[in-house]
Amino acid sequence: MLGKLTIDALPFYSGIAIGGALITVFGALGVVALITWLGQWRYLWAEWLTSLDHKKIGIMYVTLALIMIVRGFIDAMMMRTQQAVALESDGYLPPDHFDQIFTSHATIMIFFVAMPFLVGLFNVVVPQQIGARGMAFPFMNSVSLWLTASGAALVMISLVIGKFSTAGWSAYPPYSEAQFSPGVGVDYWIWAIIVSGVGSMLTGINFLVTIVKRRAPGMRLMMMPLFTWTALCTSILIVFAFPALTVAAALLGLDRYLGMHFFTDGDGGNKMNYINLFWIWGHPEVYILILPAFGIYSEVVATFSGKRLFGYKWLVYATVVITVLSLGVWLHHFLTLGASPDVNAFFGRMAPLISVPTGVTIFDWLFTMYRGRVQFSVPMLFTLGFIVTFVIGGMAGVLLAVAPDLMHNTTFLVAHFHNIMIPGALFGYFAGYQYWFPKAFGFRLEEKWGRRAFWAWIVGFYLAFMPLYVLGSMGMPQRLERYYVASWQPYLIVAELGALFILCGITFLAIQLAVSIRDRAALAVSTGDPWNGRTLEWATASPPAAYNFAVVPHVHGIDAWWAMKQAGTAGHRPARFHDIIMADDSSAGVLLGAMSFVFAFAMIWQIWWLAAVGGLGMFAAVLSRTFRDHAEHRIPAREVEAIENRRTMAPALALGAAT
Amino acid sequence: MTNAVITNGQDKDNDNEAEEAERAIDEKAYGFWIYLMSDAIIFALLLATFVVMSHNTADGPGGHTLFRLPNTFAETMLLLASSTTFGFASVAIAAGQRWRTLSWLSVTFLLGLGFVAMKISEFYGMTVAGAGPWRSGFLSAYFTLVGTHSTHVSVGLVWIVLLGCEVALRGLNPFVASRLFRLGLFWHFLDIVWISIFSVVYLPGIL
Repeated sequence: MLGKLTIDALPFYSGIAIGGALITVFGALGVVALITWLGQWRYLWAEWLTSLDHKKIGIMYVTLALIMIVRGFIDAMMMRTQQAVALESDGYLPPDHFDQIFTSHATIMIFFVAMPFLVGLFNVVVPQQIGARGMAFPFMNSVSLWLTASGAALVMISLVIGKFSTAGWSAYPPYSEAQFSPGVGVDYWIWAIIVSGVGSMLTGINFLVTIVKRRAPGMRLMMMPLFTWTALCTSILIVFAFPALTVAAALLGLDRYLGMHFFTDGDGGNKMNYINLFWIWGHPEVYILILPAFGIYSEVVATFSGKRLFGYKWLVYATVVITVLSLGVWLHHFLTLGASPDVNAFFGRMAPLISVPTGVTIFDWLFTMYRGRVQFSVPMLFTLGFIVTFVIGGMAGVLLAVAPDLMHNTTFLVAHFHNIMIPGALFGYFAGYQYWFPKAFGFRLEEKWGRRAFWAWIVGFYLAFMPLYVLGSMGMPQRLERYYVASWQPYLIVAELGALFILCGITFLAIQLAVSIRDRAALAVSTGDPWNGRTLEWATASPPAAYNFAVVPHVHGIDAWWAMKQAGTAGHRPARFHDIIMADDSSAGVLLGAMSFVFAFAMIWQIWWLAAVGGLGMFAAVLSRTFRDHAEHRIPAREVEAIENRRTMAPALALGAAT
Repeated sequence: MTNAVITNGQDKDNDNEAEEAERAIDEKAYGFWIYLMSDAIIFALLLATFVVMSHNTADGPGGHTLFRLPNTFAETMLLLASSTTFGFASVAIAAGQRWRTLSWLSVTFLLGLGFVAMKISEFYGMTVAGAGPWRSGFLSAYFTLVGTHSTHVSVGLVWIVLLGCEVALRGLNPFVASRLFRLGLFWHFLDIVWISIFSVVYLPGIL
């Protein structure tokens, strides 16, 4: 009846695991109780959960990312603490628990922090940047969101029911095979990856079509803002790369569920094939995470230097070259795994090539700032922190490509990819969060706490990861839950200190949000254009109306909004308004997500009847939508006019004239 | 189908349902092409995996003993014929002939069903003969690749039934026609995939 699910699935194996489970359960119950107490269920359901408005979907994506970053960071803190104390001792975590934590930390940070964060920012910004009223497929957008949330929920519930994978975030066989990992941990991983991976796939298709088909009249490809360019390239990478992850995870699942021999020891299994498939996705994924951040940095640098982006064309070409190259270097993630010397040499030489276009982008940003009137706002601070830090990480990567094998699989590698992902992706998302927050909500984030958060993050980053470079050079392997080399410990204690600074960084971001909501009246942006922006998303109201643009703008060059401000046509009231057709909201997306959770959970615990229920539920949700051709409503011109009249246009004009 | 235009002579400046519909149909066709590209990558990776594992028979049976040319030939003919009959259905859709469309869709469905039935019997026969997917890496790769294709065909069959019902109940409006157009893309795509499978999996095994 309940498959493999028994009372033993509850985490009585360690006090800390029970604590984690209780925090998760009470956290969830607390949120439910709070919403009930506030009587906001109807509002939440009608305005948010069932919304097909890309801005709201984007905000929900970012909210998911911010919740999950807390969970991912707690994992990180636990690992740092374990390593700081585990010299010639067991520390405070049993090995099995430590292994779950490093697996869930990476899985969460990549799939449920970075991905939803970047997709959320795409959602809020990209349609507005191209002068569109919405996404090409608004319902599919909602499905993507809820599939991602369903994957995140699977990882979270593994804290309470059963255990998560101990096989590392990449789940290499043979360890991840049923023979060595008989529990449900790897199954949790597989289903979380597949469910959220389908969501990402659909997002990739959605943005690709939206950007290609829905640009405002006159906006040629070489007039698109850089962030939109990176969204386009990221979408292409998602469409091409995510199938490989799905295939790798599915084949591993077939081995585990049906006793097949794709990656097993013996019986004709081929472990290397998994590793190839995984990194055919895995390397492009690095750029899926980084390119959007590059796009954000480009927007931020241009806006806060008060200048047109230097070398716009070169930035576009560099982005495209990175996109293409990233599909051809996957093997450098496993140079130590015994491919032939020629193959290793080819990929070892290919890998540093990618630093050429990356270098071009860095120089373009520097030249944009050169002789500009640079304002050191919070987004700009994150950008500057990125430029300095990322160069170090990139050079460490070039070093890894030519370094002796012994450097691989040490904490040098851990330091390198955190040095790429934290400044190269996360700082970018933070910059974007600070930069576009007033776009989404109509008030700025408070500056002082933003600065504090930045400094805590950057100091914390250096303290936490520079020691790991040293430790890697000293030969410390990654993922050790205990060690016997006394000279490593001081570095690990410094790294722990760095993690504490990052804790402050996260806390300050939370305080910043709270303070900003409290002082929202003082921080309000009546013009809708708080930074004197250059691109079209600042032409709409902040927060934007459901339809973004009452009149779709005509575009004649890059920085369309800036040009409109220069020409004095910005914010001109149109002679008359027109009816606008927008997509209806739909509950099918959130129901489909919920059913995908039921389905995956049942598959993990092998409760076949429940899996059938979940599967049929998903089918029904899709079916309920498939044959509806008129799922849209008309906003009459009168109503559009009333909405637009509430906007204050005058200050926007004054601002445009002053510059 | 993307150029099926419906105009209702409304004020051009207002958004009008007909233009929105036309645009939606165009975007869905484009999005579906992109989906097919990503699906093609799934098949490409499964094909590559099969090639990598084609000699990993673990002392079990190999392609020479398992695959029979007449069987594979019949399957190929069924699937190719079904693509042709879908082509006739498309002609009928373009001509707005509802019942002719339905008959060709039915023929397509039967041919596809025949293909899937042959596949099931082939898989069943291999499994009871001790050559199931758990026997060796080679057989895991074979069953997964060919099974994924057959699953796609089965999804296509369900889809034909659903759209057939819609054609019968609602007739051929531009939305239905656009859905049939995308189903057609899917169906022909599976044909192309089958040709790859035939060339990479069956021919080397038989010859």
